[in-house]
Amino acid sequence: MKTLFALLFSCCLLSLTAQAQSGVQKAIQKQLILTEDGETIQLDAGTFTFTGSLSLEDKKNIVIRGQGMDKTVLSFKGQTDGAEGLRVSNGQNIIIENLTIQDTKGDCIKTMNVNGITFRNVKVEWTGTPGPDNGSYGLYPVQCQNVLIEDCVAIGASDAGIYVGQSKNIIVRRCEAYHNVAGIEIENSLMADVYENNAHENTGGILVFDLPDLVQKRGGNVRVYKNQIRNNNFDNFAPKGNIVAGVMAGTGVLILATNEVEIFENQIINNKSIGTGIISYYFTERPIADTAYYPYPTKINIHDNTYQRERGYPSRKGRMGLIFRFKLKFGKNVPDIIWDGITDEKYARPATMDICLRNNAGATFANMDAANNFKKISRNVTAQDCTLQPLTDTKLTLK
Amino acid sequence: MKILATLAVFLLSVAFTLRPSEMYVFASGQAVPENLSEWGFFAGKLADQKPIDGVLPYRLNTPLFSDYAEKLRFVKLPAGQAVPYNPDDVLAFPVGTVLIKTFYFPTDFRDATKGRRLVETRLLVHETNGWKALEYVWNTDQTDAVLEVAGEQTEVAYLDGEGNAHRQTYVMPNLNQCKGCHNRSEKLMPIGPSARQLNGKLAYASGPENQLTHWQKHGLLTNLPALTDRPKTPVWNDATTGTLDTRARAWLDINCAHCHRPDGPASTSGLNLRYNETNPTAWGILKTPVAAGRGSGGRQYDITPGKPDESILVYRLESTDPGIMMPEVARKVTHREGVTLVREWIRGLKAE
Repeated sequence: MKTLFALLFSCCLLSLTAQAQSGVQKAIQKQLILTEDGETIQLDAGTFTFTGSLSLEDKKNIVIRGQGMDKTVLSFKGQTDGAEGLRVSNGQNIIIENLTIQDTKGDCIKTMNVNGITFRNVKVEWTGTPGPDNGSYGLYPVQCQNVLIEDCVAIGASDAGIYVGQSKNIIVRRCEAYHNVAGIEIENSLMADVYENNAHENTGGILVFDLPDLVQKRGGNVRVYKNQIRNNNFDNFAPKGNIVAGVMAGTGVLILATNEVEIFENQIINNKSIGTGIISYYFTERPIADTAYYPYPTKINIHDNTYQRERGYPSRKGRMGLIFRFKLKFGKNVPDIIWDGITDEKYARPATMDICLRNNAGATFANMDAANNFKKISRNVTAQDCTLQPLTDTKLTLK
Repeated sequence: MKILATLAVFLLSVAFTLRPSEMYVFASGQAVPENLSEWGFFAGKLADQKPIDGVLPYRLNTPLFSDYAEKLRFVKLPAGQAVPYNPDDVLAFPVGTVLIKTFYFPTDFRDATKGRRLVETRLLVHETNGWKALEYVWNTDQTDAVLEVAGEQTEVAYLDGEGNAHRQTYVMPNLNQCKGCHNRSEKLMPIGPSARQLNGKLAYASGPENQLTHWQKHGLLTNLPALTDRPKTPVWNDATTGTLDTRARAWLDINCAHCHRPDGPASTSGLNLRYNETNPTAWGILKTPVAAGRGSGGRQYDITPGKPDESILVYRLESTDPGIMMPEVARKVTHREGVTLVREWIRGLKAE
């Protein structure tokens, strides 16, 4: 009898919870719809389960505020409707702070067409062992302006923990990203300052990418500085087909086809394959049909960083693993900074492509000569010993 | 018990922070009717959906798939006003127009006399400051439908055209989700009623007639060219109305291009599935995904010519996992016949 009673009790508890939870979802969603410009939506402490996406549309000057990271937890485990946890579109001056979002089917928080978006003290995570079934992006502002991401934590994204795409005027600072495929990624974005972050134990720590076929064609003026970029040796678990699925485990910083990037005063430590890589889109061997796209990285200024890695082999996995083993043959003597060496003869200074490396403590270098089937791999950095005008800092217009 | 306790507190505080009046209002400040019946679009029993004079039924050649729900569509133009013809886009309906769409499931798709269950009626109301979406959910007695800002979920059961029994969850959108699809440069917009979609026959009380001609005769449509000069969207599942290519592109246009267009919310992907897009990369041929995540299904390209099983497009149309599937909202089941069409089309595409 006692077991039966216990069983009954747990049944009731479960069904009660299920009903009430859907009540919470409806109440919050209703509030997100009916809230008026300038209002603050307060969320209490506790863990709350949602089965569908929440969304905020066409609002100005809204604050969504929890009681603290790990105190107000919105869990989307078992989500059945919509891909994101929270989606914000067409807004102005939206602040999301002091809360945790977990285990969404797709992205944790996606914001699109928002001018003035702040993420502060927000944790986005997929719990459990990181794997390809995790959602793509933790924090995902796209086509936004004036983006501030500070004191946030991103864990377990199968693409990028913190991903800023096709946006303008961006600051990412004092964040922590780990167990993601890419810790922090800036893609097709203009004017970005990424500093004082801690990107560790991802597949790749910090990525700066420009991709073809997108609405915002070119990124640039991206500064990555004073970050801790350590031990990014996590096996790549991105689903194939995605660009980050090609990122080699053991990558600290990777610059793909972006122009005007300044990387300085970072600690780039124990990333076993590529401390910092500079590659053109041709190196990905993907087709390019976009005639407006410029596939080469140029004006890359890497200076005053500290590099360190324990002597040892790079990752053996994936296409890059094969290239390292059978083409580059560095053995355990892996260079800290590598460039694919693919040059544009039409560029003003094709020999160097204005890729400048100077005063990087402990750094070794290699030009892979990838355009000529890795025939003349050079470890001589002299040609790259130059410096560029510092890029301007990013200023945000936030209310 | 602790969870329940915090939950109760949480609910309480949510209730507390909501304003005392939860009235949903028009831009004019007027309250939105709580019940569909208050709009007065229909005569007699509301569930019979018999429109009054001035409320005109219409149909589309290739409609959006909505989990096998059937739809009744009506338009109400403001008295004495007409809409100008244009060959390409959704008609520019004047302020004061209401588009009415009721979703229902027949008990048995093979036999209409066995009855039906109305689930929701969606309104698009053209106000002075733009279109506004409203969602009315039908009550179980089928006597009226009630305004539901935050959406609803129900279970539907029916026998399909082959007599197979289906039972599925049916989700009705909250008002923000309406804009998830009805979004053109961040403005809420109708999707379906373009001249090319309306260019087809409908059985009116007066007999079957081309809809555009009918609209013109009744003073609802101006500048209409001759019948032969009107572009026409083919009927996706009727091979007599178009080639495999035009039918597949028409199906993709109505099901995907409301987002996947340069001025739609999925412009970020670079994938444009408008029927008239001419750049093969833009409509997916050998196009690599941008932010598909596990939606890529381990496949390289949106469309791999000749190979539907290596095309991300097909993978996402077939899936019902919310982290993978497309469209990402308003779908719980796979449109099997639509996927078959797209598969056939991709299989016939030649690699350049």
